[in-house]
Amino acid sequence: MALDNRKINQLLQSFRANPYRIFVVVTPHTGYLREFLVKEGDEVKGPSGKWLEKPGTPLFILEREKNPKTIRAKASGTISKVNRELEGRFVEAFEPVLEIKHTLTQKEIVAELLRKTLHIVTAPEKARYFLSPELAKKIEKEGEGRVVVKPGDELAIMSFMKRETPVLHEGPPMVVFRVFFSQGQMVEQGEPLFGLCLEEERPYVEKLIARVKEEWPA
Amino acid sequence: MRELQRYLHELIDRVVYLQDIKGENWEGSAYLLEDLKRLKENFFQISEKDCHHLLESYEARLKILEDRAAKELTPYEIVKITRNTQRFTLLDILENVYDSYTELGGEGDINVDPAVVCARAMISRRVGDKVYLHQVIVIGHEKGHGEEFRNGGSAKPWGNEKALRYMRVAETEGIPIHFYIFTPGAYPIEDYPGAAQQIARNLYFMSKLRVPTVAFISEGGSGGAEAIGLADIRLMASRGYYSVISPEGAAAIEGKIKEGERPPRELVEFCARQLKITAEDNLRLGTIDRIVPEPPLGARRNDYQFFKRLRYEMIRATDEVVLRTKSLKAFRSYALRRKKEEENPPDEFDIYVRWDLSEVEIEKLLDLRSRKYRQMSRHVLGITKCSFRGYMEKTQDVGLRLYHDFRYGVLKQGQKMIQRVMEDLSGEGVAFLKQLTEPLKTAYDLLGTRPRRPKARVVTMEEALVDLPELYVSPLALEDRTVTCPNAETHGCPDIWVPDLYGEFCGVCPNCGYHFPLEYQWYLSNIFDAKSIKEFNEDIASGNPLGFEGYDKKLALAKKKTGRKSAIITFQARIGGISLIVAMLIADFRQGTVGVAEGEKFIQACDRARITKRPFLAFIHTTGGIRIHEGTLGVIQMPRCTMAVREYIDAGGLYLVVYDNNSYAGPVASFLGCSPYQFAIRSTRIGFAGPRVIRETTGEDVPPDYHSAENALRRGHIQGIWDRRELRKKLYEALLTMGGQNLYYK
Repeated sequence: MALDNRKINQLLQSFRANPYRIFVVVTPHTGYLREFLVKEGDEVKGPSGKWLEKPGTPLFILEREKNPKTIRAKASGTISKVNRELEGRFVEAFEPVLEIKHTLTQKEIVAELLRKTLHIVTAPEKARYFLSPELAKKIEKEGEGRVVVKPGDELAIMSFMKRETPVLHEGPPMVVFRVFFSQGQMVEQGEPLFGLCLEEERPYVEKLIARVKEEWPA
Repeated sequence: MRELQRYLHELIDRVVYLQDIKGENWEGSAYLLEDLKRLKENFFQISEKDCHHLLESYEARLKILEDRAAKELTPYEIVKITRNTQRFTLLDILENVYDSYTELGGEGDINVDPAVVCARAMISRRVGDKVYLHQVIVIGHEKGHGEEFRNGGSAKPWGNEKALRYMRVAETEGIPIHFYIFTPGAYPIEDYPGAAQQIARNLYFMSKLRVPTVAFISEGGSGGAEAIGLADIRLMASRGYYSVISPEGAAAIEGKIKEGERPPRELVEFCARQLKITAEDNLRLGTIDRIVPEPPLGARRNDYQFFKRLRYEMIRATDEVVLRTKSLKAFRSYALRRKKEEENPPDEFDIYVRWDLSEVEIEKLLDLRSRKYRQMSRHVLGITKCSFRGYMEKTQDVGLRLYHDFRYGVLKQGQKMIQRVMEDLSGEGVAFLKQLTEPLKTAYDLLGTRPRRPKARVVTMEEALVDLPELYVSPLALEDRTVTCPNAETHGCPDIWVPDLYGEFCGVCPNCGYHFPLEYQWYLSNIFDAKSIKEFNEDIASGNPLGFEGYDKKLALAKKKTGRKSAIITFQARIGGISLIVAMLIADFRQGTVGVAEGEKFIQACDRARITKRPFLAFIHTTGGIRIHEGTLGVIQMPRCTMAVREYIDAGGLYLVVYDNNSYAGPVASFLGCSPYQFAIRSTRIGFAGPRVIRETTGEDVPPDYHSAENALRRGHIQGIWDRRELRKKLYEALLTMGGQNLYYK
C-alpha cells in the first residue's frame, strides 16, 4: 500500500480518534478475587526503574489455595473499567478484571507508525552487527534517509564467534530510513536492524513523523 | 599591610571553622564573622594602626568563643572536626612529618585511586649530635582539602589493592610501615577485586606482615579503616573518631529513616554519643593504644607544633614495636616509657633504635601482634585470667593439644614419613626390575601369549557418603497453602504447595531452583551425621558493653526468642564420619550480627580446629555485619578473627565458608572473605554494603541482582554455588579433596 497524503491523514486520524491503548488485565489463574485495590479513574503506574525493578501499582488480590497474590499493573494509565461484580467471587483463569487506558506517548506513536509504514529488516540471529563499510560511508556522506539500496546490496555484517555473514537486501530498491543498531552492537534474534521505505515514500514518512511531533508534544 | 591582610584571612578562616563545628549561629559567631567581613570590605580605608587594634580585639573575642567551644565539644562535633576541609590530611603529614617522600603508584588525580596514597618516605631523629635517617613506607587515605577526585578518602577496592601491593614491597625490603587512616568508610562497590573481598585480603596479609607497623587514626570509618588498620601499635588523634558506622548511618537505622530522608540532628547526636567514637572512649575500650594530643579544636593543616608531636609519636611507637621484639632492651624501653608523659615533644631522642629485624625478632613480632589482637575486647566478656575455671580450661587445652600433637602429629607424621620412604623404595625397585624384565616380557608377548593386565586399583579409597536415616522437615511445611516463587513472572514457575516445598523439595522451587529461606535448625539436622553435634562455649553471651540506650531490651528479646546467648553457634560434628568444627552465624539472633561474644566464640572454635587438626567450617546462615551497638568493640572482631583464621590456615587446616541467605559487611570483609574456599547456597546475596548504602554513597542505582551469588561467582568472590539439597554431599567432597596437609584424616 503506497503512502500518500491521504494515507497520512488516515493514519493520523486513527491516532487522533483514539490516542490510547487499552490493556485488559486478566486473571493469571483461577482463584477468589478478594479485593480491588483501585477504582475507576485511578492513575496507575507500570514497572519502573532502570531495570524495571520497581513493581507497578497493585490492582487487586487474587487468592488461590490460601495464597493471596497481588496482581500489579504492567502498564501506566488510567483505570477505565472495573468488573466489580467479580469481587469476592471465584474466577476462572484469563477472566478480564479491569482495563487500563494508556495514553500513547509521541515516541510510542512514532514507533507504531514506523512499524506500519516501513519495511523492517530484522536480525536473523543473535549476533554482533556492523554496518557494511560501503553503506556506512554513503550514510556518512549523504545522511540517514538518503541512501538507496538495490537488491543484493550488502546492508550489514553479522559477526558471531569470528564467523562473518553478510545481510543482503532483498526486494525492490529502497531507501535506508532508519538504522536501529550501533556499530558492533549485540542484537537479539528478531530485533529490528533497518527500517526501509520506497524512495517516493520517503518524503511522506518524514512528513508523517513531523506531524506527529507537532501534534503530540513530547 | 600584607601581614594584616593575612591575619584577617586567618581570623575569617577560624570563625568559619568554628561555625562548621558548632553551627552558624553559635554564640554570636555570625556577628563576629560579619564584623570581619565588613573589615575586609573597608580594609584599605582604615589606618594600619586601627586595623591592627580591631583585629586584635576580634581575635580576643574569637579566642573566648574557641575556648568555650572546646570545653563543650560533643562527639558529633568531633566528627565534624574530623571531616572539615581545614583539617590536616595525609599529604600535609608527608610534607611536615617526614624529611622527604616519593609518592608511589600515583600523583594527584593521575592515580589508580586518589583516595589512597602510598609513599616511600624518610624520617629522621636526632640523638646527641648525630642525625639518623629511617626509611618507611607510608600508606594511608588522602581526603584532600575539598578535591572531588579524592572521594573524601573513601578507598575503592583497587585502592586497597594498591595498599596491599606496597605492604608487600615493605615486607620484601624489611622496612616498617606507617598507616594513616583518614576514611569515612570504604567505597561500597563490588567491582573486582570487590570492596569486602579486598579488605579481607588486606587483613589476612597484615595479620602476618613481617615488618613493624604503626597506625594513626584520624577518621576511622569501620571496615574502610580496618583495611589498613591492623597494626602493632594504633595511635589516634585526640580529635579524631573511630567508629563502626557513621553517626548518620546509625541514626538512619535506629530511627528507621526512609531512604532519601535525613535523620534528625538530635538522633544523630544521640547515636554519636552512644557509639563511643571519641579517642578517649576508644582508649578506654582498648581498641587503640595511645592518643596523640591535638589543639583543643583539632589540628589544622598549618599546626606545625602538632606535626612535630606526630613525628615524635610515630618514631616512638615504631621504636616501641621494634624494642618489644628484642631481648636486649631494658634501658631503651625505660627511656621510651620515661618520655611518655611529656607535654612538648623533645627535639632530640635519647636513644637510637634500628628498625630492621632478624628472623627470630620477626617471629616474636608476629607472636606479639597475635596476642595483642586476641586479647582485645575480651575484657567485656568477663573472662578473668585467674579464675579456677580459667585454669581448668587452660589445662584442658594443653592436654588436648598434647594429645592431638602426639596422636596426629608425632605418630601420624612418623607413619606418613615411613609410608613416603616405602613408596620411594618400591618405586625405585619397580623401575629397576622393569629394566631387567622388559626384554623377557617382550619376548613372552611375541610368542603370542595375551599380555596380562592386572585390574587397576584405586590408591585412595573414598568411602561413599551414607544418607541420613531420617530427614528433618521444617515446621514451615505444616501449613496447608501454596506460595508463589519470586521468579514466577520471569521463569513461569507454578505455585508450590507448602508441605511439598518445605518437605520433599527442601525449600527449593522445582522449576527454577530458587531457594526459599529455611531456619538454621534444618541445616543442623540435615547436613551433619545423626547425633554427632556437640556444642561448646554456649555460655559466652552477647552483652551491651557500651551501655547503648535501649539495646538491653532488644538483646533480651533476641535471647528469649532464640533460647541462645549469642548469634553464633560453635560445635563439633561429623559429616560422613569426618569430624569437623563448625561456627554458624544464625539469622534469628539480631540478624547474625557479630559482636565481642560472637568474635570470641569464632576465635575459640578456630583455635580448637587448629589444635585438634579438624577442618573448620563457617556456615553463615545470615550475617548483617558488625553489631553497631557494640561500636568499635565490634569492629575489632574483624582483625581478631582474621588473625585466628590466618593462624589456622597456616597450620595446614581447611577453612571452608558457606554462605546462605544474606551475608554483608564486616564479617564478609574480614574473617569470611579471606577464606580460599568460599561457597554460596543458591539464591544467596553476598556483598559489602546493601543497595541503599550504595545508592546513598555513590549516588548510583544498583541492579536488583547486584549482590546475587551468581554475580559474586562471576566477580570471583566465591568459588562455587551449591544446591541446598546437595550440601551434605558437597561438603563431604570438599572435606576429602581440599585443605592443607595437617588435617587429622589426611
